[in-house]
Amino acid sequence: MIGLIAKAGLQLVLVLLVAPLLSGIMKTMKARLQTRRGPNVLQSYQDILKLLRKGMVIPETASWIFSVTPYVVFVTAALVGLMIPMTATDAPLSLFGGVLAVVYLLALGRFFLALGGLDAGSSFGGLGSSREMTISAIAEPAMMLAIFTVALAASSTNLSEMAKVAVSQSWKFLAPSQMLAFAALFIVLIAETGRIPVDNPATHLELTMIHEAMILEYSGPYLALIEYGASIKQLVLMTLVVNTFFPFGLSSDWTLRGLTLGLVFYLIKMLLLACLIVMVETTNAKLRLFRVPELLMVSFIFGALALISTFLF
Amino acid sequence: MNTLPVAATFTLSVALYSVGALVSLASWRKPALCRHICCGTALAGAIFGGLAAVFGILQGTAVRWSISSGIPLFAYSFDYDALAGFFNLTLAILAGAVSIYSFSYLKEFEGKRNIGFFGFLFHLLLLSLTIVFTAANALLFLIAWEVMALAAYGLVTFYHEDRETRRAGLLYIVMAHIDAGCLLLGFALLMQVSGSADFAQFRTAAVHLSSSQQAIAFVLFFLGFGIKAGVIPFHIWLPAAHPVAPSNISSLLSGIVLKAGIYGMARIFLEGLGVLPSWAGLLVLIVGVGSAVLGVLYALMEHDLKRLLAYHSIENIGIILIGLGAALVFRVAGHPQLAAVALIAALFHTLNHAIFKCLLFLGAGSVLHSTGSRNMEELGGLIRPMPVTAFCFLIGAVAISGLPPLNGFVSEWLTYQSLLAGFGVTGGLTRILFPLAGSMLALTGALAAACFVKAFAITFLALPRSAESRSAHEAPRSMRIGMGCLTGACLVLGLGATWFVPVFDALTEQLLGPRVGTNLITAHRWVLSAGTPHGGLVSTSVIAIALLLLLIPAVLLVSSAGRRFARRRGPAWDCGLPGLSEHNEYTATGFSKALRMIFSVLYQPRREIQTVFDVSPYFPKAIRFESEIEPTFEKRLYAPLKDLLLRFATRMRAIQAGSIHAYLAYIFVTLVLLLLFGVRP
Repeated sequence: MIGLIAKAGLQLVLVLLVAPLLSGIMKTMKARLQTRRGPNVLQSYQDILKLLRKGMVIPETASWIFSVTPYVVFVTAALVGLMIPMTATDAPLSLFGGVLAVVYLLALGRFFLALGGLDAGSSFGGLGSSREMTISAIAEPAMMLAIFTVALAASSTNLSEMAKVAVSQSWKFLAPSQMLAFAALFIVLIAETGRIPVDNPATHLELTMIHEAMILEYSGPYLALIEYGASIKQLVLMTLVVNTFFPFGLSSDWTLRGLTLGLVFYLIKMLLLACLIVMVETTNAKLRLFRVPELLMVSFIFGALALISTFLF
Repeated sequence: MNTLPVAATFTLSVALYSVGALVSLASWRKPALCRHICCGTALAGAIFGGLAAVFGILQGTAVRWSISSGIPLFAYSFDYDALAGFFNLTLAILAGAVSIYSFSYLKEFEGKRNIGFFGFLFHLLLLSLTIVFTAANALLFLIAWEVMALAAYGLVTFYHEDRETRRAGLLYIVMAHIDAGCLLLGFALLMQVSGSADFAQFRTAAVHLSSSQQAIAFVLFFLGFGIKAGVIPFHIWLPAAHPVAPSNISSLLSGIVLKAGIYGMARIFLEGLGVLPSWAGLLVLIVGVGSAVLGVLYALMEHDLKRLLAYHSIENIGIILIGLGAALVFRVAGHPQLAAVALIAALFHTLNHAIFKCLLFLGAGSVLHSTGSRNMEELGGLIRPMPVTAFCFLIGAVAISGLPPLNGFVSEWLTYQSLLAGFGVTGGLTRILFPLAGSMLALTGALAAACFVKAFAITFLALPRSAESRSAHEAPRSMRIGMGCLTGACLVLGLGATWFVPVFDALTEQLLGPRVGTNLITAHRWVLSAGTPHGGLVSTSVIAIALLLLLIPAVLLVSSAGRRFARRRGPAWDCGLPGLSEHNEYTATGFSKALRMIFSVLYQPRREIQTVFDVSPYFPKAIRFESEIEPTFEKRLYAPLKDLLLRFATRMRAIQAGSIHAYLAYIFVTLVLLLLFGVRP
């Protein structure tokens, strides 16, 4: 019990520390690729701290749902962060919820975020909520197929079991089913974290925004919580992709040496994935909203092919 | 082991429902008294029915009793086994909550409508459901089934002044009789093979069924029970009939009357027909997937709150059938353990859906009661005048979207786990169906979440869109208590899932052989497992506790730093546009616009915009917008069927000469034929 709480505390600190850093690094990388100087890597921490110090205006039209939403978003993201293996195969709370719980907890956060978007009654919030729920709904089957492909290899939806199996066959990602599943999940990752070509995290242009439109009415500490939650969600999804397909360096126990090594490997893998995402973002234009389903259909087909190839090869 | 008074409490509950029916009919001249008698006896009947179910489940062994009737094949025989106990428990929970709710709800009927007749039908519905779930004789079952359909018809058409209601009632009664006809034929087949109308005889005679007989019986029963359960494509009566009934009845119709179809399938497919071949299970699975996805897609396009909920019933029946179909496939593949898990998933979802759908309909009933509108485009902002209703509806919405840590998540999780296991146990290409069904379940879940964001937000959040919703008031106390009971049930079944799952042990043992309840629970009852050695694990209770614990850092973050500037209320920013009014708000139609465009192949949307202008086309005076989707099944499947039937009927008119001599001749010929076939040794 004590050990469990200690592990959970340790991983929580890690999640809370790394998440804004990752967002910052990705922003800087993107700026460099576009030959801009870009913000400082630590800018995301400063943004959150700044927002926390600000006052906030709550719309007169909003109800208690508006105030509950930031907490739900933050708490669900943080909990999911404790369920996935980051540096060790053995995630602190993996006994209490596997990959299905991860997907559905994130959905709980999204559910409330969409309610929060509609609560103020502004049309932009509704626009964002509608789009967010639509895109996530279409992304869901592809995501589940890819997850099933990986889960079938481990015959478990428990993330630690999946990671253990993955570690025992480190080079399995060369199998066609794994590659296809990776492609499917990568597309879903882009859609779920709201990056180009699906959504643009840097825009406040009303016609193109999805996530930003939902949180338009939020300010101050509530906005900080939502932004923090969103960066944790991004970290979690990226970790999920990285550690299920490329489990190199995952420590099998919670010793200091294993964890340090695991952390180094983890950060390198995450940097590489971040690089890939930023490259995709820089080299693509944002898709029209009604072209996004086609992209996600591609992802679904990748998922289905991955599944078929698990028993063909 | 001492025996618990199952039969006694059951009889008491049946007696209370019967007495309630007659007394409410007798006291119709005194509305207030009648209302209290009606709800009181129903509540008492539900309590005793619930006690009987709890006793039956605790007892663990089936209780059987039979009273001979003197008519061949027919006997008043009852079989209170684990399956009957489970469905009676579901019925009792719903009947109790609805009875409490009705104390205040029926008040608006006083002086306007005949509460006595309403009470009569209400009790008759509960009585017939109780007998349907317990009858062990095919004829008794069919009689109760028919009474159930008629009582439901009377309640659906309770607001009979409305043309729409009468049409819905007609559609309902026609479909109900097609399903009763299918069941009659199916039972006739079984009776012919077994030589008895007793369910126990069907069980023993099932081995003598030839494979073609088995297939025919399966199709007949699947049609019969499928129509009752509202699976696509036999669903068209459901979204028409459920919304027009009084709201407390809508909640029972969606909550439990549909489940009579599920009960029948579980009873007949798992017991009465022997081991069904795998194509039957796959058919159930595929129909389930279709119902789930199409049900939620149609729900998304609705802006009538009660019709939206009715379409969600189709979706959830689909999810239940996914579990049931998987159980049938696993059983014939020789994996009773897996079949048991899949069956638990299906039946647990049956109970869960009964509870949250009943809750949501009662919530919609409170909204309708308070504002007089079912149209979401006229509602909005109800969370302020109706905080309790809004909270209960929100819990129901989270539960039905399958989100943790509530009960809908648990049963969907079990369904996913059994689908995942299905990949390993079946051969060939059919195995691909299981993960595909899983991905479609994921789509269904996400679309349901989208739909309930819409339903909750448009109805309860932001600004009111009409004078009625501005002057809304909270539901009276008994209605709040009724909803509160079901809200509590959602929480208890969600957080306490591991304590509830062993209830299914006797059930799976009876229907499939193994007891898996203990396999599904690990680590001191906190964690639910998939039943396989390294399978998935989940614990809704730990998730809930962890979520609460993680609130501490979140609250610390917000409260530590943001103190220097107070939080204050101000006008919504809205990108700097001043004067936010209800006209700027997103509507239900607008919310689902994106999905309507993406799935336009299915919906075939049509829209019409008319602009009225005075002088210049640049200054419109009024704009009329109309948007509708094509009712595909009605237009493509049922309209041709109806035409065919009418053409056939016109032809048949030739023999209806209207002459008494001709009719006497028909009767004579029929009699001779019947004697010829009946007397034939």
